[in-house]
Amino acid sequence: MKTIIATALLMISLIGPAWAEPLLVNGAGATFPYPVYSKWFDEYAKMNPDIHINYQSIGSGGGIRQVSELTVDFGATDGPMNDEQLSKAKVKLLHFPTVLGADVPTYNIPELQGELNFTPQALAGIFLGTITKWNDPEIAKANPGAKLPDKLIIVVHRSDGSGTTYVWVDYLSKVSPEWKEKVGVGTSVNWPTGLGGKGNEGVAGLVKQTPYAIGYVELIYAEQNKMPYGAVQNSEGKFVKASIAAVTAAAAGASKAMPADFRVSITNAPGDKTYPIASFTWLLIPEKIDDPKKGKAITGFLKWMLKDGQGMAPALLYAPLPKEVVAMEEKAIGQIKY
Amino acid sequence: MTPGLLVRRRLANVLMLSLTGVCTALVLGVLFFILGYITYHGISALDWDFFTKLPKPVGEKGGGMANAIVGTVKLLALASLIGVPIGFLGGVYLSEYGRKNTLGFLMRYAADILNGIPSIVMGIFAYTIVVLPMGHFSTIAGGVALGIMMIPIAVRSTEEFLKLVPASIREAALALGLHEWKVVSFVVIPTAFRGIVTGIMLDLARVAGETAPLLFTAFSNRFWSRGWFEPTASLPVMIYTYAVAPYDDWHRQAWAAGMVLLMLVLGANILARLVLHRQLKG
Amino acid sequence: MAMFRRPGVSPADRLFRATVFTVAISVLLITGVIAFELVRNSRLPIEKFGWGFLWGTTWDPVAEQFGALPFLYGTLVSSGLALLIAVPVGLGVAIFLSELAPRWLSDPVTFLVELLAAIPSVIYGLVGIFVLVPLVRNVLEPFLSGALGFLPLFRGAPYGVGMLTAGLLLAMMVVPFVVSVSREILMAVPHSQREAVLSLGATQWEMVRIAVLPYARSGIMGSVFLALARALGETMAVTMVIGNRPEIRLSLFEPGYTMAAVIANEFTEATSDLYVQTLIEIGLVLFAVTILVNALARLLIYNVFTKVEVRE
Repeated sequence: MKTIIATALLMISLIGPAWAEPLLVNGAGATFPYPVYSKWFDEYAKMNPDIHINYQSIGSGGGIRQVSELTVDFGATDGPMNDEQLSKAKVKLLHFPTVLGADVPTYNIPELQGELNFTPQALAGIFLGTITKWNDPEIAKANPGAKLPDKLIIVVHRSDGSGTTYVWVDYLSKVSPEWKEKVGVGTSVNWPTGLGGKGNEGVAGLVKQTPYAIGYVELIYAEQNKMPYGAVQNSEGKFVKASIAAVTAAAAGASKAMPADFRVSITNAPGDKTYPIASFTWLLIPEKIDDPKKGKAITGFLKWMLKDGQGMAPALLYAPLPKEVVAMEEKAIGQIKY
Repeated sequence: MTPGLLVRRRLANVLMLSLTGVCTALVLGVLFFILGYITYHGISALDWDFFTKLPKPVGEKGGGMANAIVGTVKLLALASLIGVPIGFLGGVYLSEYGRKNTLGFLMRYAADILNGIPSIVMGIFAYTIVVLPMGHFSTIAGGVALGIMMIPIAVRSTEEFLKLVPASIREAALALGLHEWKVVSFVVIPTAFRGIVTGIMLDLARVAGETAPLLFTAFSNRFWSRGWFEPTASLPVMIYTYAVAPYDDWHRQAWAAGMVLLMLVLGANILARLVLHRQLKG
Repeated sequence: MAMFRRPGVSPADRLFRATVFTVAISVLLITGVIAFELVRNSRLPIEKFGWGFLWGTTWDPVAEQFGALPFLYGTLVSSGLALLIAVPVGLGVAIFLSELAPRWLSDPVTFLVELLAAIPSVIYGLVGIFVLVPLVRNVLEPFLSGALGFLPLFRGAPYGVGMLTAGLLLAMMVVPFVVSVSREILMAVPHSQREAVLSLGATQWEMVRIAVLPYARSGIMGSVFLALARALGETMAVTMVIGNRPEIRLSLFEPGYTMAAVIANEFTEATSDLYVQTLIEIGLVLFAVTILVNALARLLIYNVFTKVEVRE
C-alpha cells in the first residue's frame, strides 16, 4: 500500500508543475475556420516549440463570450461582434480577419448522382420549413434533369452559438424578407425547423448519417468528408459553386472599402462569379494584453499568419486575404499593447 | 376447479416465468453487446500512437490521446484529494459518533442530496466557484467538480464498512485502556480497511467516466496541460468531441478511447468485487 | 455537544472528535453552498421571467426570450419513456433473480447487471450514435410508422435521432437500478407470505403476483423513482441522440431537448449574462426536481424495510 501511494505521489509530482516550459495561450471560438487554425497552430508550435496555442472550437458564440469575459486569451468568430456585444466586453476587442471561407448547403440524397442548384427562395423555404419535400417545384425548377425523390427534407442546423450560422442567416435575411422578419440574424436563432448538431462537425456528422438531410457547413467540412454540396444562385442570377476563386471574388468589393475595424459582411455580394454565402472570419484580440509574454506570442503569430499562414489556406479550401486587407492588418497589429 | 382453468393457470405460469427469463437474457444481451462492440472496434483502433501522441490538426489522420490519458489521471488525483479525506472522515463520523443523532441524520440526508445532483449541475457549481473567480478554465476546476461528486459515495461506503466491524472488537480495545481515537484509528479502521479502499476505488471509477462536469471546467486542450491551472484534455470529453464529429479517423479514436475507459471502469468494478468476496468470506 | 464534555476524554480524543465533526459539518455546508450558488447565479432570469419561465415555450437567444417548458417536457417524456420500458423489464429480471434462479446463478448475474450501471454515460452515447440511431432509423421507426402510424406518437420522418432513441438509450441505462433495488426488496419479503399462498395451491407465478409483489409494492415504486432520478439528470448519452431541438412535439420520432442537454450544449456559448444565468436557472430546476424525486424514492424504499422488521 505504501509503495503504491509513494509511486502515485511521484507520478503526480512529475506530471504536475512543468518539465519543459512552453507558454500556453488559450483561444476559443469558431468551428468554421477550425481546420486551418488547427493546422496553423500546429505548424507554429513546430517552429516555436516554446509557444503552444491551444484553440478549442466551441462555436463563435462561445468564442465571443469567453474572450469578452477574458476566460481565454483570444476569441474567434465568423459573425462579427455587434456594438452592444463590444461594449459589454471586459476589454476593448479588435477584429483581425484571417481567411475567407464559404457556407455550403450540403445534403445527403442516396439516389441522386449529380449536384443540385439552389435558388435563394429554395434555401429560405427549406430552412423556414415552408418547403418540405425534395421534389418541391422550387427546387425542381433549378434542377431540370435531376430525379428528386418524394421524401421529406430533414433540416440540420447548429445547436450551439455559431458564426457559420451567422453567415447563413445573414445571407437568408438579405434574400428573403420572410426570413428576416420571422427569424432574423444572430449566432443563435430561433430555428423554425430541424435537428441541432454541435459545431460544424456535428452538423456534417448528422447530415452524413441521415438520409434526405440538408445542412449548412463550412466548405472544407463537406470536402473532407466527401459530402455533396450544391451551387447557390448569386445576386446576378448565376449558379455558383463555392470555391477559392468564387469566395475571393466575393471579397473583392469589400476589401477596397474595408472599414478600420474590419467588420464587414460579404454575403450576396455583387459580381458574376461571386459565391453568395461567403465570409471573412476574425480573431478577436484584446487591445491591451496583460501578460507581455502572451502579447508577444499573439502578435508574433498574427504577423506569421498574415505572411506564411496565408499560403497554407488554399490547401484547406479557404481563400487567402486580399492584399489590401493584409496591408491594413499589418498596420493594425500595432494597436495591440502588451 | 375446471380442468380448463387449471391448464390456463399453468400456462400463464410458464409464460410469465419464461418472460422473466427473457427479460434477463435481454438485459444481459445488451451488456455483452456493448462490451463486445466496443472491444471489437476499440482493439482494432488501439495502437502505440494512441497512448503516446498528441491529437493532430482537424482532418488529418493519426495522432493520439496521450494528453487526455494524463489529463484524466491528474483530474482523478485532484478529485481524490477532495473526495477521499472528506468522504472518509465523514464516514468515520457517521459510524463512530453519528449513528443516532441529529447531525448524523442531517449528514446522511445531505449526502443523499449530493449524490442525486446531476453531474452537469456539479459542473455549473464548479464553474461559479472556481472558473469565474480564476478567470479561466483549469484542471483544478474539473478536479473540484469530480471531487465533490466523490464525497457522498465515499461517506456512505466508509460508514457501511466501519459499521460492519463488530462492537466486540471496539470494546475489547477500549477495555485494554486504549484512548478512543486510537481505538478508531488503529483497530476499527484497519479492520475495515479493505472494504473502505474498494469503496473508494469504485467511487473513482465512477467519476473517471464523467463527462458533463468537465465540459466547462477543465474544458479541453490539444496540447499537454502543464501544472494544475490550465485546461486539460480528458478521455471522456475527447470521446464525446470525436464521436459527434464527421471524421472517420476521429470515430476510430473515439472507439479506442471508449475501450480504454471501459476497461478502466469495469476493471475497477471487477477487482472490487473480487476483493470484497474474499473479505466477506474470510 | 455532549461528546466533548464527557469526563475521562483525553485531549487527543477531543482533537480527533473535533476533526471528524468539522468534516461532517462541511458536508452539510457544501450541499448548502451548492443550492445557494445556484439560486444566486439565477438572479437575472428569475427577475425577468419569474414563475412564467416554467411554462414559457420560446427559446430565442437573439431576442433574449427564454422559456423552460420544452426542456421540462423533453426531460419528462424521455425519462417517462425510459421507465415505461425499464420498469417491466427490470422487474422481470428482478423476479427471475429472486424467485427462480438458484443462488449460484443469481449472484453472478446480479453482478453483471450491475456492471451496466458502471458503464459511463458517454460510452452509452457512443454506442447510441453508431448502433442505436441507425437501427431506429432503418428498422424501428419504419416498422412503427407502418404498424402504428395512425397514432400521432409515431408520425413523421425517421430521423433516427429523437425522443424515441433517447428513451430507449435511457431505458438501458436505468434498468440496472430497477433490477438491483427491486431484487433486494423482493428478497426481503418474508417467506411466510410466499408459503401461505403456495399452501393454498397457487402456481409460482400466482404466488409472485399475489403474495410477493403487493407486499413489495412501495419498495418497487421506490426503485422506480430512483431510476427516474437517474434518468432525469442524464446528460451525455441523451444529448448525443435526442436531436437537440427545443420544441414540444407529440411524435416520438421528433427531436427534443432536455434540461441537462441544453446546459451541456449551450453553456460555453451563451453570449450574454442573462443567457448564462438562464441556463443556470435550468440547472436549479433540475436540481430541485431530482432532490424531490430522490427523497420520494428513499421514503418508499425505507418503508418496505421497516415494514419487514415490524412484521417479523
